[in-house]
Amino acid sequence: MSVDVVGLVWLVPGIPLAAAIVNGLFGRRWLHRTTGVIASVALGLSAALGLAIFFAVLASGGQPRVVTLYEWIGVGDFRVDTAALVDPLSATMVAVVAGISFLIHIFSIGYMEHDRGIHRFFTWLPLFVFFMLTLVLADNYLLMFVGWEGVGLCSYLLIGFWFEKPAPYTAANKAFWMNRIGDWGFTIGTILTFLTFGSLNFHEVFDKVAGVAQTQPLTITFIALAFFLGATGKSAQLPLYSWLPDAMEGPTPVSALIHAATMVTAGVYLVARSTPIFADAGSALVVVGIVGAVTALFAATIALVQVDIKRVLAYSTVSQLGYMFLACGVGAPIAAIFHLATHAFFKALLFLGSGSVIHATEEQDMRRMGGLRRKMPITYWTFLLAGGALAAIPPLAGFWSKDEIVGAAFTSGHQILWSVGIGTGLLTAFYTTRMIYLTFHGEPRDHHLYDHAHESPPVMTVPLMLLAAGAVLAGLVLGFPPDAGFIHRFLAGVVSAEAGQQPEAPNYVLIAVLAAVAVVAALIGIGIGYAMYARRRPDPAAVSRAAGPIYTLLVNKYFVDELYDHRIIDGGRALFGAAWAFDAHIIDGIVDRLAWLTALIGSGLRRVQTGVVGNYALSIAAGLLVLIVVYGGYATGMLHR
Amino acid sequence: MITGTPILDHSLTLLLVIPLVGILPLLAFIKDARAAKQVAIVTTFAELVVSLVMLAQFRVGEAGFQMVESVAWLPSLGIRYEVGVDGISVLLVVLTTLLTFISVLYSSGGAIKQRVGEFMVAFLLLEVGMVGVFIALDLFLFYVMFELMLIPMYLIIGIWGGTRRVYATLKFVLFTLAGSLLMLVAIVAVYLNSGPAGSRTLSFPDLIAGPTRFAPEFQVWAFLAFALAFAIKLPMVPFHTWLPDAHVEAPTAGSIVLAGILLKAGGYGLIRFALPLFPIGAQVWLPIVIVLSVVAILYGAMVSTVQKDLKKLIAYSSVAHMGFVTLGLFVLNTQGGVGAVLQMLNHGVVTGALFLFVGIEYEKTHRRQIADLGGFANHWPLYTGFFGIFVLASLGLPGLNGFVGEFLVLLGTFRYGGQPISGLLWGPLAAIGVILAAIYLLWMFQRVMYGPVREAYKALPDLTPIEVACAAPLLVLTILMGVFPQPLIAIIQPSVDRMLALAGATITVAVH
Repeated sequence: MSVDVVGLVWLVPGIPLAAAIVNGLFGRRWLHRTTGVIASVALGLSAALGLAIFFAVLASGGQPRVVTLYEWIGVGDFRVDTAALVDPLSATMVAVVAGISFLIHIFSIGYMEHDRGIHRFFTWLPLFVFFMLTLVLADNYLLMFVGWEGVGLCSYLLIGFWFEKPAPYTAANKAFWMNRIGDWGFTIGTILTFLTFGSLNFHEVFDKVAGVAQTQPLTITFIALAFFLGATGKSAQLPLYSWLPDAMEGPTPVSALIHAATMVTAGVYLVARSTPIFADAGSALVVVGIVGAVTALFAATIALVQVDIKRVLAYSTVSQLGYMFLACGVGAPIAAIFHLATHAFFKALLFLGSGSVIHATEEQDMRRMGGLRRKMPITYWTFLLAGGALAAIPPLAGFWSKDEIVGAAFTSGHQILWSVGIGTGLLTAFYTTRMIYLTFHGEPRDHHLYDHAHESPPVMTVPLMLLAAGAVLAGLVLGFPPDAGFIHRFLAGVVSAEAGQQPEAPNYVLIAVLAAVAVVAALIGIGIGYAMYARRRPDPAAVSRAAGPIYTLLVNKYFVDELYDHRIIDGGRALFGAAWAFDAHIIDGIVDRLAWLTALIGSGLRRVQTGVVGNYALSIAAGLLVLIVVYGGYATGMLHR
Repeated sequence: MITGTPILDHSLTLLLVIPLVGILPLLAFIKDARAAKQVAIVTTFAELVVSLVMLAQFRVGEAGFQMVESVAWLPSLGIRYEVGVDGISVLLVVLTTLLTFISVLYSSGGAIKQRVGEFMVAFLLLEVGMVGVFIALDLFLFYVMFELMLIPMYLIIGIWGGTRRVYATLKFVLFTLAGSLLMLVAIVAVYLNSGPAGSRTLSFPDLIAGPTRFAPEFQVWAFLAFALAFAIKLPMVPFHTWLPDAHVEAPTAGSIVLAGILLKAGGYGLIRFALPLFPIGAQVWLPIVIVLSVVAILYGAMVSTVQKDLKKLIAYSSVAHMGFVTLGLFVLNTQGGVGAVLQMLNHGVVTGALFLFVGIEYEKTHRRQIADLGGFANHWPLYTGFFGIFVLASLGLPGLNGFVGEFLVLLGTFRYGGQPISGLLWGPLAAIGVILAAIYLLWMFQRVMYGPVREAYKALPDLTPIEVACAAPLLVLTILMGVFPQPLIAIIQPSVDRMLALAGATITVAVH
């Protein structure tokens, strides 16, 4: 090929940035709804170039390349460039991020048509993609941090898009603050990395990991834990997960973007990118696996009882991200990236599908829906396929990637984590079935709402159909045959735990047995869901009686929001208030007392000014005496000069 | 290099002369507000242009002083008129002329309504003092300039300030005076100790030439006297309580230069004089400064969170941000030092801008209590965009300028291996300040900008063209300094390394 597309890699984030700048400067006055077209065209160009780069990397045999723009910061021995690393991992991420974001942009043209803030929306949406692409393309941790905090900012802006209402701006603040706690970990990890390896550049760091791990194993563990703290914030893992369910206060396409293409996948990407560090991080890896598995189960149980369609999906995302970290923890980062890619398709589709429902009904509570499949056939069928992928039904995309994760947990000897994965799979299949039945099946429970429902326009349904193709095919295309599919061969050189080693031939008998167990679990989940919801919706009161305190615990989301949003906030306010009282009364109080004391002494001294000449003469004599003593002291060297 | 015009060979002296020359026509038109504004704008603009020419003349990459002019002033006392700039001061001079021009421009837009002529005279005098502080190389000249900054600011707060202006301005003056008198005593002592009679000097280049001239015991106390003066100016905890009061009462333009420039004189004094002149003394006090810096970062942020007055909130945030400056300077390594100087510049731009925007808002609504505000985001899109970006820069968002300085300071802090506890404790603690900054700034932004707009504010207009003109250069700098910091670092680093080498050159000598 004559054109060096990899050399143009900075245009991939650059074009969305340009669209954001144009829309930001001219959108409010002049462009209005044209902003949607501008942003979508920009994303289309960016996605096309991203795909071209993906194939160029493929054609070059996965050879990594660095494209440097300029020296960003260089002080003494510290130096970072604004440079892109184009290798199979970043090329895969670019293709997924740009491609899915493009479809979400198109969908948004229809969804946001009547919103008077549309120019703001189409300023921040491409800006979001710009930061995410910067994040995945950066060739060093500090530039990655620019994208990392940038997506945090854009999620803040978009979650709080309807900022006149308290719920969105509260959720926006919560998202930013929780992410900032994670970013504290990222900052510490970055600085420790530089102090340990003398560089922040991925290749230079990874080249030295093995050697440093011999001498300073504890340092590597600390670095990995610090980065993982960052990942828990961005990827909504325990204990920093609770911002993500609240993030649905933003417009629904934003949820699709956050949950699928940008933002939450960043943490998984960070861990996968840092595979060499994590591979030598000893106990840190165990922490990653356990946190992932516990989060997967924890969030899935909460999803069981949610009645808001977007909240079910939100907890489902937290749970699925848990699977990805579970994969990283058991030494299968490729499976994590594989699941990241398939999840991007079906979760974007689920969110856009729910957006299509919300657009048609202006309702998010599933208890008031029902029977919508007759009114919205395209939405229904695409949603059904995505739900099947989420429930991991073969041969849909989610089956292949999730099965690989759960299987890796088993073959790596983590039987407990494996059983958690299987159990979570059962719960996932159940809540997915419940969601689909409540929304699309049965009789309409709110006839007014049902009568006004309508299928969405093509600008919204075409992206749904394209994503559905991905939700069906992505698993087979990327990951067949299991453990040796295309994505394994493509990424093996970059993100394999034992770089350079030839992977063992997969044991297909074992894989088949494990897959059968997982599928049976999913079918059981679907069966329970069908039995409970196919005919009629069970009475929540009856469910609550039957399940007792467990139901109370789940409906209240384990009371974590209560703890975070009230107890911790109250504690912080008390502490900060005490600091302020200390400042006003103690520190400034001493200052004012000093001034008062000075005034007192002054008025006392005024009495010395008696006007009696004898007194003055006395003080002159005394002063002279002091001067003589001091001078004498100097002259004789008794007082040091 | 721009040469050829002889007058531009003396651009530093020119920078001191221009505002003084501007004062003459001002005195003639002192009752004519319109003429006074025009004269002040033209003068400060000319000053800005000359400072940019001076920046263009600056040879990047050299560590030493450039454009030095040295004339005997009081020969019997060895006092000289000696000025010059290096990589640390040259950018602070440009920051001064820029913020002064913006302050004068904004004040001309109607923010100052009475005694406009007198106000402009005070402001031009203030500019002489501020520029002088950064270019003076003779300690006595520096002291004169340091005090010269104080008097006009005293008048600006005391005459054009708010309701409690007398209390605030007295507090401001007494605090600063207490510090600078200590410094004056120390300067006299430095003179007496600088050598045998006849070779005594107060010229900074002479004082740092060759091995240190000062005995260890002397350094301990001289450093303390200098450092106290600068710590009050910065201000460091626990000498900071004058700052919130001064800011709350100061007119907008006063707040801009107070936060943007005057505080920087403290940080500048530390790296220019206190550290290189008294390296052994610095070693003695350094652990205390490190601890107080981390305390300032966390404590300032915590107190800022619960403030009810917008100006007080930003004032306390300055305490936290200036904590990064002292922390970076006293960890005594390249990254910390360069980060500290960048932090001074960034804080000058961003906090100056934040005070400008609080002032703009106050001019429109006559309210500054956060509880009285709300809902401007939909109403003032331009205001929101500008203010939002400055808030983000202030909370250290990567890609904007605040991040670069803070990150470098944190990196330098992690590297600090000294007493009492290594930087591996102080670094993560200081980094918590970045979390807290997001909390107090975004919470403030939410309460001021989000929610429904009040009926009373619906008729108020968005930014005027003159307000946009004031804010635009600061916005451009905020972005450029974050995306392309390297040209600035290239100017700053050699001189920082030189000062730090002086500060560390004799640190192996034990104190006793």
